[in-house]
Parts: sequence; structure tokens; C-alpha cells
Amino acid sequence: MATDPSHPPHPLDHEPGEHGSPLTETQLRVRALESLLVEKGLVDPAALDALIDTYQNKIGPRNGAKVVARAWVDPAYKKRLLEDASSAIAEFGFVGLQGEDMLVVENTPKAHNLVVCTLCSCYPWPVLGLPPVWYKSSAYRSRAVIDPRGLLKELGTPIPEDVEVRVWDSTAELRYLVLPERPPSTEGWSEERLAALVTRDAMIGVAKVRVREEGSR
Amino acid sequence: MNNVHDMGGMHGFGAVEIEHNEPVFHARWEERTFALTLAAEALGRWNLDMSRYAREQMPPTEYLRASYYECWLWRLRKLLVERGLASEGELQTGRAESKAGAARPLRVEDLPRLLQNRRGARMDDAVAPKFKAGDLVRARNLNPIGHTRLPRYARGRQGVIERDHGVFVFADANAMGMGKKPQHVYSVRFPARELWGPDASARDSVFVDLWDDHLDPA
Repeated sequence: MATDPSHPPHPLDHEPGEHGSPLTETQLRVRALESLLVEKGLVDPAALDALIDTYQNKIGPRNGAKVVARAWVDPAYKKRLLEDASSAIAEFGFVGLQGEDMLVVENTPKAHNLVVCTLCSCYPWPVLGLPPVWYKSSAYRSRAVIDPRGLLKELGTPIPEDVEVRVWDSTAELRYLVLPERPPSTEGWSEERLAALVTRDAMIGVAKVRVREEGSR
Repeated sequence: MNNVHDMGGMHGFGAVEIEHNEPVFHARWEERTFALTLAAEALGRWNLDMSRYAREQMPPTEYLRASYYECWLWRLRKLLVERGLASEGELQTGRAESKAGAARPLRVEDLPRLLQNRRGARMDDAVAPKFKAGDLVRARNLNPIGHTRLPRYARGRQGVIERDHGVFVFADANAMGMGKKPQHVYSVRFPARELWGPDASARDSVFVDLWDDHLDPA
């Protein structure tokens, strides 16, 4: 189970049309599209179900959190991760679609990294799953490159003036994962316990990893 | 193309709102649209770059009003019609008026191969790099009507090659059906002040991944 354990069951029950209320135009279009493509033999509904199950339940930010925790406890792994992220991440079996060519960028006391895709929604699926709505929003995509400090401050992560901000715009087929700083007072923690601290937002670069945030976001 | 999808540096979109405990999908139709898109893409009638280009062609007023998966739905319908896999009428009724020809749909047993595939856009072709780490470059001022991965905010700007990523499919050509045109992709470091002027931080940078054909020596 790789999805964030704090995610509640998602609210499909409340979707219009599920309880006799009229379907929206979008819902009707999607239903028509699926039945058409099935009738034409272009898609197999079982494969659609399996794809959805994969990205809903099997691939998500818990994968990336394991990578980060390993890098925190194992200096040799961290070195491999920063030199050849695709291979180092593949050691966990996290490979494939939208993560074929990975790069890991390290946060340090002197530099903070932030990942965006200004042109669309490129995101490292094998380690973080599908991107959240805010990452794909016009607000984030427009602002991350021109005002990263203002954006980070609003999101609760002000960056001191003497720390460099590096924004990575995912304009090609490289996919980025931020290696956050290990929080203080975690000496001697197990890899598993550390992984539970690591949030999706910290691996995009809009948050820092904090001990008190255990289990959130 | 210079459409609203290229929004780096624009103002006025408001605050970024992070939804706490956000579900992967917000509705069943989003799930189906996501999976239909991946399954249709696996038919091999278009590539990933063509798919991105299709989404960019959404009229700007519609693009900005639509939710993310509404954009995906718009794109999938457009590509199916363009490639002759479905007609507008069929999309309306959901009933097939003709057979689609011999296509093998994506099956459950194909998923491991599709999802675990480790070969993306990287190519083995021995292409000489035009630049090396440390070189000063200037992004070309290009305004193609077709697809480009060179964002407007970087055009004409000067940067430094941070890293050579190796040889990749050139998205700008591949999206237009003009072949893969393999060439090097680099991480190019643009100082924030070069992009946004004197009010930006002197310390900060934006790194943009660009191809040989996007760059000139500076």
C-alpha cells in the first residue's frame, strides 16, 4: 500500500448521478466515450479498472518517502541517488511511466529546491503517484518560477534571504524529486519511522519535513 | 505555440490552495478519463508529445475554465477524431457507427510491461553535444505555431549549462510528426534576475531542461 495512509476513502458516493440526481454533461461524455471505445474494441474495461487501481492504491508518495528515508540513513545510497537517481530509485522497484529518467535535487542549509511544470503537469509518477490538483493549477504553475519565495512563504515555508532558491521547471522528460533535509532530533530513528515523516509536499519542495507533522499530508 | 498553457511568470491566478488529504481522483469520471487516456495512448496512434500538443490547442478561454481532467477529456476526444478512431457523432451518442479496424486494446496482462517500462524518451543515438557544463548559452527567440517545450519566459534569455542529461527525443519535432530528431537535453540555469529583472533575488535561479535546438552560444 503506497498511498498516503491518511487519505480518507474518496467521495465517489457524493458524485452527481450516483443517487438519482442528473448526470453532468462531463459525466455523460465520459460514459459515452467509454462505451463507444469498448464497443469498438479499442479499450478493455478490465484494463481501465486495473490502471485506476494501480494509481489509486499501489503507486503514491509513500514510495518517494522510502527513497528519502534510505538516503538519510545510508550515505552510500544517497551518493548513488544523487549521481544516478533512476538506478538508485529502481533498487526499490519504483520504475516506469513518467519516471523513466529521474533526478534528485538535495535541500541543504544553503539551498532550497522547488519543482514545477509550467507547461503542463509533468510529475514523477513512480515515486509520488499522480499529481495533486494544486500542482497542476494555474496559480502554482504561473507563480513558482517568478515568485518562489512569496509562494513558499504563503505555504508556510519561508526561505531565509541567505538561502538560495532553485526552481526546476520540468520542461523535458526528466522528472524531479526533492531530497528534503532530515529534521533535527531524529538521530537513531529507523528508516521506517523516518519515512513516515516524509510528505509529498516536502518532496515537491513546498514544505519541509518536520517531526510534528508525522502522518499529515 | 503561444497559448495559455505556457503560464510561467503570469500574474493574477490567485493563491495556491493545497487540499488536505486530497484523494487521487475526485470523481469516478476523472478515474475513467485518466484510464481511457492511457489505454488509448497505448494503441500507438499518437505519441506523448502529440498528446501534449493536442491539449495546448484547447482554446484559451476553455482551457482556463476547465478542470484538469476536463482538459484530458477534451484532448482525448480531439485525438480520437483526428486519428479517425471515432467520429463526432459517435462521441455524442456513445454508439459505434463503424468498426475501428484492427486494433489490439490494452489488456490487464500488458500493464506490467506498460507501467514498468524503463525506456522513456532517452535515445542511444551517438549525437555529439553542442554544449558542455559551464557553457554560456542564450535560449533562442522561437515562436512556433506548433509544439515547443521552450517556455516563453526563457526565450532570448542567457543562462549557463548546468548539466548534460544525454540524448533524447526532440519533443518539438516529435509532436509535429517530424521524427525524433535525437539531440542532447541540458539543464540550463537562468539567474532569477536575468528572467525577471532587478526585483528578483540575486541568489535564485530557475533551471529549465532544453534541447540543442533551443540554444545558441552566448
